[in-house]
Amino acid sequence: MIRSLDNDTLLGLWERMARIRAFETRVGEIAAAKEVAGYLHTYSGQEAVACGVIPLLRDDDWFTSTYRNHGHAIARDIPLDEIAGEIYGKVTGVCGGKGGSMHVADQSRGMIGGMGIVAGGLPIATGAALASKYLGRDSVAVAFFGDGAVHQGAWHEALEFASLFQCPVVFVCENNLYAETTAVDYHLLAGSVSAMTGPYQIPSVQIDGMDVFAVRAATAAAFERARTGNGPSLIEAMTYRYGGQYEGDTQTYKPPTEVAYWRGQDPLLRFRSDTATRLGMATLDAIEQSVQVEVDAAFTAAEAAPWPDISEVTTDVYTPIA
Amino acid sequence: MTRTLNVKDAINEALRQEMAADNRVILMGEDIAGGAGRDADYPPAADAWGGPFGVTQGLLPLFGRERVIDTAIAETGFVGAAIGAAIAGLRPVVEIMYVDFIGTSFDQLLNHAAKLRYVYGGKVSVPIVVRTVAGAGFRAAAEHSQTLYSLYTHVPGLKVVAPATAADAKGLLISAIRDPDPVIFIEHKRLYMEDDEVPEEPYAIPFGVARIVRSGRDVTIVGVQKMVHTAVEAATLLSRDGIEAEVIDPRTYSPLDSETILQSVEKTGRLVVVDESHPRCSLATDIAALAADAAFHSLRGPIKMVTGAHAPVPFSPPLEDAYIPDAARIVAAVRDQLDKKAR
Ligand SMILES: Cc1ncc(C[n+]2csc(CCOP(=O)(O)OP(=O)(O)O)c2C)c(N)n1
Ligand SMILES: [Mg+2]
Repeated sequence: MIRSLDNDTLLGLWERMARIRAFETRVGEIAAAKEVAGYLHTYSGQEAVACGVIPLLRDDDWFTSTYRNHGHAIARDIPLDEIAGEIYGKVTGVCGGKGGSMHVADQSRGMIGGMGIVAGGLPIATGAALASKYLGRDSVAVAFFGDGAVHQGAWHEALEFASLFQCPVVFVCENNLYAETTAVDYHLLAGSVSAMTGPYQIPSVQIDGMDVFAVRAATAAAFERARTGNGPSLIEAMTYRYGGQYEGDTQTYKPPTEVAYWRGQDPLLRFRSDTATRLGMATLDAIEQSVQVEVDAAFTAAEAAPWPDISEVTTDVYTPIA
Repeated sequence: MTRTLNVKDAINEALRQEMAADNRVILMGEDIAGGAGRDADYPPAADAWGGPFGVTQGLLPLFGRERVIDTAIAETGFVGAAIGAAIAGLRPVVEIMYVDFIGTSFDQLLNHAAKLRYVYGGKVSVPIVVRTVAGAGFRAAAEHSQTLYSLYTHVPGLKVVAPATAADAKGLLISAIRDPDPVIFIEHKRLYMEDDEVPEEPYAIPFGVARIVRSGRDVTIVGVQKMVHTAVEAATLLSRDGIEAEVIDPRTYSPLDSETILQSVEKTGRLVVVDESHPRCSLATDIAALAADAAFHSLRGPIKMVTGAHAPVPFSPPLEDAYIPDAARIVAAVRDQLDKKAR
């Protein structure tokens, strides 16, 4: 996989992964300093999933996300100012501050949006895929979700629908071993999410979600399948969240040995060791520094940005009719 | 003996006492203890959360995983299972982590818990309690900030309880657990840390009995859950200008103590209802309609409703603050009424 990618592509992947890590690290800091209120679900540790999938999306593709959406938004190149602005609830936010961290969305970039209800995005992505098929296009839709989502009726109904109508949708599970404090060892009776698609006639793979190249390869295959009229598929990316369920979670449920193991699998370290000889450590370091500057600027701008006007409370409830 | 306890600990105590007294009482919900699947190998994982607000923490060590059941994220499954277990003799108390999530399991409440007794000709009861967390003011945005009181109150067969104080929370939860019918017990996330004097021993506060929080002769203010406190704040401000408000906390919305509300309106001739929910088809409209219907001739001015907006709860802090009724808005509503009378 790596050999087939040119240097620009590799650097693009690295830049996005590094940008997500720097951004989420800052989110953790502002949460700890109580500079912003509300629930902040960070993505650190899972960068290889967003960056393996999202850069393969075309402009006419769609995807749905969850409350843990910052990484998806960054991988889709939504400007950091707009994401940080949303987290602060400022007018500069990508949704004008209406939705906050859990609801980052930019439909102009195919990001239908972050959703607060577990499994809420799967049927919606499936519907976007149905539209693509109906309109005779070869665009695809992706639904990102966590391991905990498989218990929802919405999860099963979406898979069933997608398969019945052969929708060009790719279900991407970010299996980070926990749904809040509850370990997959307890809740995931099938042993894996990929094992759950068989009865729905949906092909699935379980892959190393800390390896951006493995994610990219699986995604390319799934997109090819969807774009050529061969229906839905599911990717289960095994990953780990380095933060809590949300910022402030004390995480007493994570054994230190497990944390240490997954820290050793850090997708950024893995990328470095896979590409350092070809790209050079200095190049990778320089990108890390430049994204840090971007992140600093985005948060400074968000902090300084104005609040929305109070009249905004009742706007956007309905679509204005011309 | 009473002592100071906050709402969170009062609820915990009610659960603890009822579980100790009656082994038919079981708890089910997501991460209501926490650490499931890890605690066998890594004991510190056990009871990691006690729910997102720590309300049920400490119950796992006392009662074990047989009775403090961490479920998967499958609300339809465990709400439905609670209904079946209740019919078969248990007293399940389930937690819907945020009231907003009820959408995923509403069918079990709407079409089953609420209706089985009726459609089966009174031959069966469904003694479940659904504890859930409501309310704005937590910067939690539109899908984690709703109240939805009226959604439940609308449905015959469900009982709806929304305590504003720790003492009420304990006594009403004990009643809910002992009640033979499905009870939706709504906890407000911004009230968990509010202290009150709470009796140590178990006690039950009957449903359908409002609490007169403050008496007054000039205007009746009915507050819904957290808004009871905001109404008291407003009453204190009004009192400085010689306006004495009577503040009523209905405490339960199904059944509703209409008598206490009507008696007060008959006395004061004025009614303001404060509900942080959306205004349409809300508890505010319900209580206003009650007074318009049954106390019209006592009214000396139009009934006023102080509510949230007909909009989802916004995330942005100043927008959310503007969304939630505050004391100033209640004071303005009262003044508006008094002015109308002067004319
Ligand atoms: C229907 C519903 N139930 C419960 C919740 C509360 N909740 C939010 S995140 C979460 C855990 C989800 O775990 P997982 O799907 O593995 O995603 P992760 O957070 O690990 O990315 C729960 C239970 C919710 N948002 N929606
Ligand atoms: Mg998970």
